[in-house]
Amino acid sequence: MDQQVNTTMLLEVNHCGQAYPKDSNNELIVLDDVNVSLRSGEIVGLLGRSGSGKSTLLRIIAGLLRPTRGEVLWQGKPVRGPVRGVSMVFQSFALFPWLSVQENVELGLEAQGVPRAVRESRAEDAIDLIGLGGYESAYPKELSGGMRQRVGLARALVTHPDLLLMDEPFSALDVLTAETLRTDLIDLWSERKLPVQSILMVTHNIEEAVLMCDRILVFSSDPGRVAHEMTVPFAHPRNRLAPDFRQMVDDIYAVMTRRKTPAELRTQPAQAATGFATPLHPIGTNLMSGLLETLAADPYQGKADLPALAAALQYEADELLPLGETLQLLRFADLEEGDIKLTEQGKNFVHADTDARKKLFAESLRAHVPLVAAIRQVIDERWNHRASAVRFRDELEDRMSPERAEETLRTVIAWGLPLKFMR
Amino acid sequence: MSSIAPPALIHGRRLPNAWDAAAIVVVLAILIGIANVAQGTLAPLASVQATAIHLNPAYLPGYALRTTLRMFAALLASLIFTFTVATLAAKSRRAAIIVIPMLDILQSVPILGFLSFTVLFFLHLFPGQELGAELAAVFAIFTSQAWNMAFSFYQSLTTEPADLDEACRSFGLSPWQRFWRLDVPFAVPGLVWNTMLSMSGGWFFVVAAEAITVGNTTFTLPGIGSYVAVALRKSDLLAVFYAVIAMLVVILLYDQLLFRPLVAWSGKFRFETVQTAAGTEPWVLKLLRRTFLFRQIGGWIGDQFAVIGRMRMGRAERTFRTVGPSGPSSRFGDAIFYVLVAAGAATALWRIILFCAAHLHWSDLLTCIELAFFTLLRVIAALAISCLIWVPIGVWVGLRPKATKLVQPVAQFLAAFPANLLFPVMVAGIVAFKLAPNIWLTPLMVLGTQWYILFNVVAGASALPGDLKEAAANFGLRGILWWRRLVIPGILPYFVTGALTATGAAWNASIVAEVASWGKVTLVANGLGAYIAEATAAGATSKIVLGVAVMSAFVLSFNRLIWRPLYAYASRRTNLG
Repeated sequence: MDQQVNTTMLLEVNHCGQAYPKDSNNELIVLDDVNVSLRSGEIVGLLGRSGSGKSTLLRIIAGLLRPTRGEVLWQGKPVRGPVRGVSMVFQSFALFPWLSVQENVELGLEAQGVPRAVRESRAEDAIDLIGLGGYESAYPKELSGGMRQRVGLARALVTHPDLLLMDEPFSALDVLTAETLRTDLIDLWSERKLPVQSILMVTHNIEEAVLMCDRILVFSSDPGRVAHEMTVPFAHPRNRLAPDFRQMVDDIYAVMTRRKTPAELRTQPAQAATGFATPLHPIGTNLMSGLLETLAADPYQGKADLPALAAALQYEADELLPLGETLQLLRFADLEEGDIKLTEQGKNFVHADTDARKKLFAESLRAHVPLVAAIRQVIDERWNHRASAVRFRDELEDRMSPERAEETLRTVIAWGLPLKFMR
Repeated sequence: MSSIAPPALIHGRRLPNAWDAAAIVVVLAILIGIANVAQGTLAPLASVQATAIHLNPAYLPGYALRTTLRMFAALLASLIFTFTVATLAAKSRRAAIIVIPMLDILQSVPILGFLSFTVLFFLHLFPGQELGAELAAVFAIFTSQAWNMAFSFYQSLTTEPADLDEACRSFGLSPWQRFWRLDVPFAVPGLVWNTMLSMSGGWFFVVAAEAITVGNTTFTLPGIGSYVAVALRKSDLLAVFYAVIAMLVVILLYDQLLFRPLVAWSGKFRFETVQTAAGTEPWVLKLLRRTFLFRQIGGWIGDQFAVIGRMRMGRAERTFRTVGPSGPSSRFGDAIFYVLVAAGAATALWRIILFCAAHLHWSDLLTCIELAFFTLLRVIAALAISCLIWVPIGVWVGLRPKATKLVQPVAQFLAAFPANLLFPVMVAGIVAFKLAPNIWLTPLMVLGTQWYILFNVVAGASALPGDLKEAAANFGLRGILWWRRLVIPGILPYFVTGALTATGAAWNASIVAEVASWGKVTLVANGLGAYIAEATAAGATSKIVLGVAVMSAFVLSFNRLIWRPLYAYASRRTNLG
C-alpha cells in the first residue's frame, strides 16, 4: 500500500440526515444519521442498493443538496453550496450534446474564468491523460459509452480538484468497457498521475468496490445508514480470483443480506411498521418463477450462495438482491447471511401447474402485500370495481419519493393483473 | 420529421383553474385599457397622411423588402420577450404563477380583432409620424408569435435534464454562462420549430396590419399588404397576381435562406445520445459550412458569440437546493404576493364590469354567442372537409418516402404563405358567379391553415414503424380495419397537432374571411368574425372587446375540452413502450 504518512482530513460528514418532509409529523427518512470522514490519499466506496440514500449523500457532499440534519465540513469549513475543489462524475455522463469534447472539458475552467490559452492547454492535458487524444473536436453523440465517460472524467479532472466524486460511474457501461475504464483509472491513481487527492465513489457493484476502494461503507436501506465499514487491505493491482478477494465479496454479501436485529428495528421510525407503504421492486412474475425453478433444480437443491448464484446467472448484486427480497416478502424464499433458501411455499409453487401457481401467487399477494389488500378492498367497495390510481399514488407519496411511489404502484398493478380473472 | 407538439397541447392542466380565471380577467382588462386609450385618440389622428401606394409592379420589390423587415423586427422583439419573460417564469415560482396562464390565454386570443386598437395606440404614442404605424404593424406580428415561442422556451427550461443542471451547478457556472451553455441550446429545437410556425402566422398578420381602416380613416404602410388592399379597392386582378408572385418569391427566399438551414442546424442541439441518420444538408448550410470564406466569417461570428456566452456575468449559485416546502419567510412573501395578485385581478374585474355596464347590454352577449356558433359551425365544416381531403392524401404521401420528400417542403411552404393575399381571387369568383357568401366565404378560413393538417399527417404516416406496417400486411389487414388498427392510431398525435393549429388559425382568419370586398361589392357572411370586422370598421370599441372575448372563450374551450384531452389520449395510447 502506497499510503502517505501525512494525510490530511479533507471531508467530514457529521450526523447528516435527509428526510422527505411530506408532512412534518410523518416524514420519510432517506438518510439517517450518517457519519463519514475522508482523508487525502484514499479511495472510499459507498456501497448499497438502489434507494439506500448513497447518491443522496454524494449530492449533499457535492453541495448540490442541503441536508435536513447535520452538516458537512470541507477542509474544516461548513459546506453551503457547490464547493470549488470538488468535482463530480455522473452516472449518465451529463455531457452537453451540443459541445465538442474539448468544449465539454473546458466547462469547469470557463466557469472559473481561466483565460483561453491556459484553458486550452489544460484541457488538452486532461484529454491526453484520460486517453482521449485525437477526439477533441468530436461530439459526445459520436462517441461510444466508454469514451463518453472518459470525457466525463477528463471534465472533472481538468479543474484539478482535491476530491473526485463519482456517482456509479461505470454502471451505464457494458462489462468489458467498464473493466477497462476501472483498470485505467486505478493505474493512473497508483502512478499518482491523477490530479486529485482523494476519490469518493458510489456503487452498487460489490466486486467493483472491493477492486477499487481502500475503504468501503456499506449502506442499509430504509432508512439509509452506514451499516458497516471495512478496510480493503489488498495492494493494487488486485486479483478478482484471489481467495482473499472472494472471501471479502462473500462477507459483504452477508452484510447486505443480514436481517435487521430487533434492536435495530426498534430504533427505526414508525414508518416501517405501517406496511401499506413498503416500496416494491419492479420485478416481473416470470422472473420470480424463473429464479424459484432455478433454486429448486440442480445444483442448488433449494439453497444457493448469493455471490455464486449471481455469477452463474450473470447478475449483479443490485439485480439479484431486490429479486431475493421480493421472494422473501412473498414468503417463497428466505435471505440469510449471503444465502437464499426456498421455503415450503416456494417448493409448492415450483411443483404446481400454471393455474395453481396463479392461485398460490394471489394468496401470497393478499396475505403479505398490504398494498394489494388495500387496493382490493377499495375496488370491491366500488359499484363499478374501479378506483383512481392517483389516489393510491398520493397516499404512497406521503411515505416515499414520487419516483418510488410510481414504481411501487406500477409493480403492484402488474402483479395484480392476473388476479382479476380469479375473484 | 419533427414531432414537437405545440405548447397549447403539452401543458399539463386541462380544466381551467383559479389562475386561468385571473389571467382571463387581466388579459381582458388590458385589452379594454388599450381600447380606451386608442378611442380617445381617434379624432386628432385623421391628420396623419396616408402614404400613397403605387400599383406599378416596379414598386413591389421595395414593398416586399419593407414587409420582410417588419417581420424580422417583430421576430427580434419576440426573441427578446421569450428570453426574458420565459426565463423569469422558469426561475421564479411566483412569476410563473402569473405569466404561464397569461401566455396560455393570450395564445388563444384572436389578436387580429384588436389590430385597429394597437395601431391607434402606437399612432398615439408617435403622433403624426410613420414610426407609430410601423411599430403598430411590428407589434401586431409580435403578438402573433411571441406567446408560443415564450411558452416553448419555458417548457424547455422546466424540462432540462437533472444531470446537466447538476453539472452546471457543481462546476459553478454563472447564470449568464448557464443560460448560453445549457438553457438556450437545450431549447433550440423546440424554439426553432415554434418560431417557424409563428413566422407562418406572422406573414398573415403583416399583410393584414399594413392597411387598417378605423372609422373613416385608413392607415397604410408601404408593403405588400397595403398594395393588395389598394388593388382590391380598384378591382385590379392583375396587381393582385403580381403581389402573389412577389410574396411567393419572398417566402421562397426566407424558407431557403433562413429556415431550412436553421432547422437543419438545430438538429445539433437535439437532446439525444445516439446519432440519428442526418437528413440532407440544405444548400445554404452546405455553402456556409463548406466554403472557405463563409466558414471563416461564420466561425469568427460564432467565436464572438461564444465569448459573450462565456463571460462570467452574475455570480454562480453557490447555495444548496432544498427539497420540500419553503421556509416561513417565503411563506410570508407568498401571502403578500397572493394578496397583490388577487387585488390586481379584482381591480381588473371591476374595470371590466364598469366597462360592460357603460357600453354593453346582455343582448349583445347573446348576439355574440349566437354568431360565434355560426362561425363555429363554419370552422368545423371547413375543417372536416379539409380533413376528408388531406388525411387520405397525407397518408398516401407519408407511406411513400419519395413522395414525402417532394410534398413535405411544399406543404410547409404553403402553410407559411399568407392566404389573405389569395382572398381577392376567391372573392372575385364569388362575385362573378353570384354564389352565396354564407357558404362560399367559408373555405377562405382554412385556405391557409389546411396545410398544417397535411404536413402533420404526412409526418405521422412517414413515422409509422416499418415492422408494424409489415405485421399489418402479413396478417392481411385491409380496408377499414387497416385504417382503424394501424393508420389512425399511428397518426393521431400528429393529426391532433395539425388540427389544433389549423382551428386556432381558422378562428383568427374568420375576422378577415367573413367580410370580403371586391371593388364596390362587399360580401358578408353571418358570423362572429364579420361582427368583429364590422365593429372595427365602425370604430365600436365595446363591440370589438366583446367579440374578441367571446371568440377567445370559444377557442379556449375548444382547445381545453377537445384537443388537449384527445392529444393526451393519443400520446398515451399510441406511444410504444
